[in-house]
Amino acid sequence: MKEFMMIFRSEPKAWENLSPEQMQNSTKKWQDWIGGIAAQEKFVSTNRLGFSGKTMKPNNVIIDGPYTELKEIVGGYMIVKAKNLDDAILMAKGCPTIDIGGHVEVRDVMEINL
Amino acid sequence: MEKGVLIPNLFKTEYRKIISVLCNLFGLAHIEIAEDITNDTFLLASETWGQKGVPENPKAWLYTVAKNKTKDYLKRHQNFTKKITPEIKATQSNFEELNVDLSEENITDSQLQMMFTICNDVIPSDAQIGLALRILCGFGIEEIAEAFFTNKQTINKRLFRAKEKLRSANIKIEFPNKKEIESRLNNVLTTIYLLFNEGYYSSSKNHTLKKELCIEAMRLIYLLIQNKTSNLPACNALLSLMCFQSSRFDSRMDENGKYLLYFNQNKQNWNKDLIVKGEYYLNKSAIGNEITKYHLEARIAFWHSRESDTIEKWENVLQLYNQLLQIQYSPIIALNRTYALSKANGKEIAIQEALKIDLKHNHFYHSLIAELYNGIDKDRHIEHLKKAIHLTQNKTSKEILTNKLKKSADSNGNRCIST
Repeated sequence: MKEFMMIFRSEPKAWENLSPEQMQNSTKKWQDWIGGIAAQEKFVSTNRLGFSGKTMKPNNVIIDGPYTELKEIVGGYMIVKAKNLDDAILMAKGCPTIDIGGHVEVRDVMEINL
Repeated sequence: MEKGVLIPNLFKTEYRKIISVLCNLFGLAHIEIAEDITNDTFLLASETWGQKGVPENPKAWLYTVAKNKTKDYLKRHQNFTKKITPEIKATQSNFEELNVDLSEENITDSQLQMMFTICNDVIPSDAQIGLALRILCGFGIEEIAEAFFTNKQTINKRLFRAKEKLRSANIKIEFPNKKEIESRLNNVLTTIYLLFNEGYYSSSKNHTLKKELCIEAMRLIYLLIQNKTSNLPACNALLSLMCFQSSRFDSRMDENGKYLLYFNQNKQNWNKDLIVKGEYYLNKSAIGNEITKYHLEARIAFWHSRESDTIEKWENVLQLYNQLLQIQYSPIIALNRTYALSKANGKEIAIQEALKIDLKHNHFYHSLIAELYNGIDKDRHIEHLKKAIHLTQNKTSKEILTNKLKKSADSNGNRCIST
C-alpha cells in the first residue's frame, strides 16, 4: 500500500450561502464518506482548512487571502492508503466536494529516504 | 459457611495490598522476595486459622505477620539487607525500626506506583495483564491461567520473563510526574481496557471469574480517578464505558447459561445503577479538548444503554463510529460502523460500503452482509450465512447462525440445507 493525498478544491462561494442545516448535512456527508474509507483501513489523516489566509510572494510581498488570483481554493486534504493511483482516484468517488461543483486532485506522496 | 467466602475474598484484597507495599519497599529488583514473604504470610494464615479459627481482626493479624516476616527475612539475609539498605534508607530514617507501612494511604500510593510500573510497553500486553492480575488484583496463578485459557506453567513462565524484563530495563517504581502522566497513563489505560475485555468477552465458561476481571478493571480505574494527578478525562471516559458495558453483564445470559444477543436481552434486567454511574462519569469526562477512543466508545455505549431504536440514536452511533475509525481501525469497529450505517442511511447504501471492505475470512463480516441482504436478496442472504457458519469456530455463534439459516430456508419451501 502506498500513500496518496487527496486535495479538495472548490469555490469559496459554494460555502458562503449554506444554511445551518445545510452545513450540518454537509458535515454528515463528509464524515460518512471519510468513515467509509476508514472502514476499509485506508484512512491516514485529514484536515479541513478555514477561510482566512495570507500568501507570501517573492521579495517579501505579503498579500491577503489565498484566492486573489484563483477562483477555487483548497478546502482541505486527506491522506489515504491505496495500491496504486487508479485505486486511489476511485476512492474519490462520493466525495462531497464534487456535489457542490468542486473537484478532488489525487497525488502520490513521495517517500523520501534521507 | 461464612468462612468459606470470607477467606478467599480477604486473601485477595489483602494480598494485593501487602504485595504492592512490599514491592515498593524492596524495589522491582526483588519482586520475588516480596512475593515470597506475602505467600508465606497467607500460608501461615490458612494453617493457623484452619486450626484455631479466624482471629478477631484478621486484617491486623495479616499485617503484623507480614511485618514480622519482613523483619525476620532482613535479619536472616544480611547480604540482601546490605544490598537493599541504601534503597530503603532513602525512605526510612531508622532502618533498625523498619516500618512496613500498611496504612491506607501508603497502600493506595504503592498500588498506583505499581500500576505505572507494570503497565509498561517493555513487556507484552498479555504479560502486563498477567502481572496486574497477580500484583494489583491478588489473583492466584491458577485463576490467571483460567482467565487466559492456558495452564499454570505458561503463566508462571510469562510472569517470570516479564519481571526479568522490567528489571533489566531498569524500570523504576514511581508515580510519573505531571509532564509524563498523560503519555504514561495511556499505557495503563490500555492494559486496564484489555483486562476488562478479557472478562467481558472471554470465551471462558466461568461466569464468576469473568465478572471478577471486570470488577477488578473498574477498581483499578477508580484508584486512578481518586488520585488528583491521574484523574484525567480519559480515565473517566473509560470508567463510563465500563459502567455501561457491565450494566448488561448479567442479562447477557439466559437461565440455561446461554448467551443472548443484545437485541434478545430483557432490557428490564439491565443494571440501572450502573447506567446512571456511566452517565455520571461520561459527564466528568467531557472536560478539556481531547477526545480519546474511550470517549467515543463510552458515548456509543451510552446510546446502546437506551432502549429505543430511533434514527436519532443510530445517526449518533454512526457518527461516533466514523470518528472512532479515524482514531483507530479495527475490523470489528469497521463492521459495527457498517451496521450503524444501515440503520441510519439504509441497507442499500450499507451493502455498497460493506462490499468494499476486505474481510472475506472473517465470519462476522459474512454475518453482517447476510443481515444486510435479509429481506432484500434471499440468495445472497443464505450464501453469506453459510459462509459465516463455515468460518466460525465459536459454538454459540454457529448455533445462532444455523438457526437463522433454518428459518430462512423454511420460509422458502423447496430450498434444502446442506450444512
